Amino acid sequence: MSEAREKILRGIRRSLGRGPRLGEERAALQARLASPRPNLIPKRARLPHAEQVVLFQAMAEKLDATVARVSSLAEVPDAVAEYLAARNLPTTIRMSPDPELDAIPWDRRPLLTLHRGRAAPEDLVGLTPAFAGIAETGTLMFASGAARPATINFMPDTHIAVLRSSQVVGDYETAFARLRAAAGREDGLFMPRTVNLVTGPSRTGDIEQTLILGAHGPRRLHVVLVDDEAH
Amino acid sequence: MSAFPVTSRNFRKNTAKAHADENLRKALKRMESGAIVRRAAVVAELPEFDALRDEALAIKNHVLGNLDFYLERFEAQVKAQGGHVHWCATPRQARETILSICQAVGARTATKGKSMIAEEIALNPFLEENGIEPVETDLGEYIIQLADEPPSHIIGPALHKTKEQVTELFHQHHRKYGREERVTDPQALVNEAREILRQKYIDADVGITGANFLIAETGSTIIVTNEGNGDLTQMLPRVHVVITSIEKVVPTLEDVSTILRVLARSATGQEFSSYTTFSTGPKRAGDLDGPEQFHVVLLDNGRSDLLGTEMQDLLRCIRCGACMNHCPVYHSVGGHAYGWVYPGPIGAALDPHFLGIEEAQHLPNASTFCGRCESVCPMRIPLPDIMRHWRERAFESAVTPPQQRFGIRLWAWVAMRPALYRAGARLAMRLLAWLGRREGRLSSLPFAGGWTAGRDLPAPQGRTFQELWAARRGARK
Ligand code: SF4
Repeated sequence: MSEAREKILRGIRRSLGRGPRLGEERAALQARLASPRPNLIPKRARLPHAEQVVLFQAMAEKLDATVARVSSLAEVPDAVAEYLAARNLPTTIRMSPDPELDAIPWDRRPLLTLHRGRAAPEDLVGLTPAFAGIAETGTLMFASGAARPATINFMPDTHIAVLRSSQVVGDYETAFARLRAAAGREDGLFMPRTVNLVTGPSRTGDIEQTLILGAHGPRRLHVVLVDDEAH
Repeated sequence: MSAFPVTSRNFRKNTAKAHADENLRKALKRMESGAIVRRAAVVAELPEFDALRDEALAIKNHVLGNLDFYLERFEAQVKAQGGHVHWCATPRQARETILSICQAVGARTATKGKSMIAEEIALNPFLEENGIEPVETDLGEYIIQLADEPPSHIIGPALHKTKEQVTELFHQHHRKYGREERVTDPQALVNEAREILRQKYIDADVGITGANFLIAETGSTIIVTNEGNGDLTQMLPRVHVVITSIEKVVPTLEDVSTILRVLARSATGQEFSSYTTFSTGPKRAGDLDGPEQFHVVLLDNGRSDLLGTEMQDLLRCIRCGACMNHCPVYHSVGGHAYGWVYPGPIGAALDPHFLGIEEAQHLPNASTFCGRCESVCPMRIPLPDIMRHWRERAFESAVTPPQQRFGIRLWAWVAMRPALYRAGARLAMRLLAWLGRREGRLSSLPFAGGWTAGRDLPAPQGRTFQELWAARRGARK
């Protein structure tokens, strides 16, 4: 279809009444891409970090997620087990094969059965590490990778995310900047195959505009928010 | 499913049908109270909303002025990460491209996330004709696929269906999966669709999604959804095809963040949609899931011709649906009456471009020019102005029927002769006042039967606007 490609590009230039962008104009456009600048950031996101963590929790809860705050990674197994028990949910968990999650002392709750790997159709509970928490809308960011299959974020009925408080940022832009910085490259080729921004559980309004949770993705979203910062 | 039957030409007939449809009336009523209130509430929570709209508008205008540059850059970034970009000038090229991608992997079924571009190119019937079963996975799209109907709203495709109708459709189509029971509760209906579609995602060879945005900086495509179906559609099959159009490109992740802040708020009145997903190339070395192939099908379909014209602003549209949610005409006739893929004010402004002004001549007239669409449009698209341009074009190209043309000419001739106009208006007012003297209203009028069929005209008080105006000015002096 390279014929179509030329045709479309030529058509665009003809309509705009100019040739291809060259020279200085082109350099200016390239510079805009090379050093992306945030536009207006809403005031609600521009807060001291501790308040951003509070806002993250408040917004996530407002948008139908649940949040449990714990003070160390060692408390995560208890938090997970209690969450599942309180809702009568199964204790077999599909977990990302992620070193950080592996470092959690799971043997404290021997009744939790952990399976590592990508999600399978029969998995009912999934557990994955978040890359960031975005305070302005209580949104979680997940970055896929060999240790973080994206299927776990979507297939199980219940999705539990582990988020560290140092990962909470005010706005989407800061989360993206961290993603860029984590890859350490400036050519734009830093995105993981899948980046999911997740805000609350799956929902639909397609039957008489009635809100129903759990359309195709998880019915429940639970965040275990781990305090990992010195106060 | 049959191809989207274009019935824009029959707009008047379609509206009469819509008015007689009791279920549709109820659905539209629900929308009026629901969508408008939700949007207003969430907008009130964000004081920067209007400033963000201005920025979003500026970003898109910048893109449109440099569209060739950003598309080339997007393409280069997709390729650098192992994906493919297929440029398609026409719907036919896009359909054939998708078919050959499917055939190359011997696909028998393709799951689909919601895509208006797929509707625009009439993809489903084409795949079916060629032996590939398309399975819609968005609940609304799934419902109308079972009903063999086109979508009636760009965000809520099955908005016109009642839960009783959904119950019947599921009962009829799910028996083959061993489901005999009639399910009536919305939650149970959603569960049933969820269970049946789960297997479809797993069995599909190809997953087709649309894209809300394309990012030039990173070569990513973005979908914004609430159900999570678009995600399962793209992560479980071997091949992910993105069907999209050229105006969806945005420079950077920062730019798209700005636009995302106005999208969900305008569309569904949510702070943010449940899932905003960025897809970049196929799965990476070591990844345990994700598609092996990533294809972006980039459609023009005449969009490039709109650049540099008074219609260019249409290309800023992010398909949020706010204009139809707030449109009194849409509230009255629903989406199907417009007779093509894009209904409501955006459809009235855009469809004539795709269908030709002759086919779509009634759509730009389906407006009271109340301006609500423009006032809520997050991208500040001057929809009424664009509809007016189309009206002018229809008049110039003699598409407007002779009677109407004669009427408009006559009116123009009279309007340019103030004394005659005043005398005519005075005579008409007195006549109407006399005719309606008993009831205080008129239940039928010559040349306005369509208008009076559903309502009465209050009888005028016998004085013209100019007379009242003159009297008021005189009184003030
Ligand atoms: S025209 Fe504006 S309000 Fe209508 S769908 Fe497009 S962006 Fe939304």
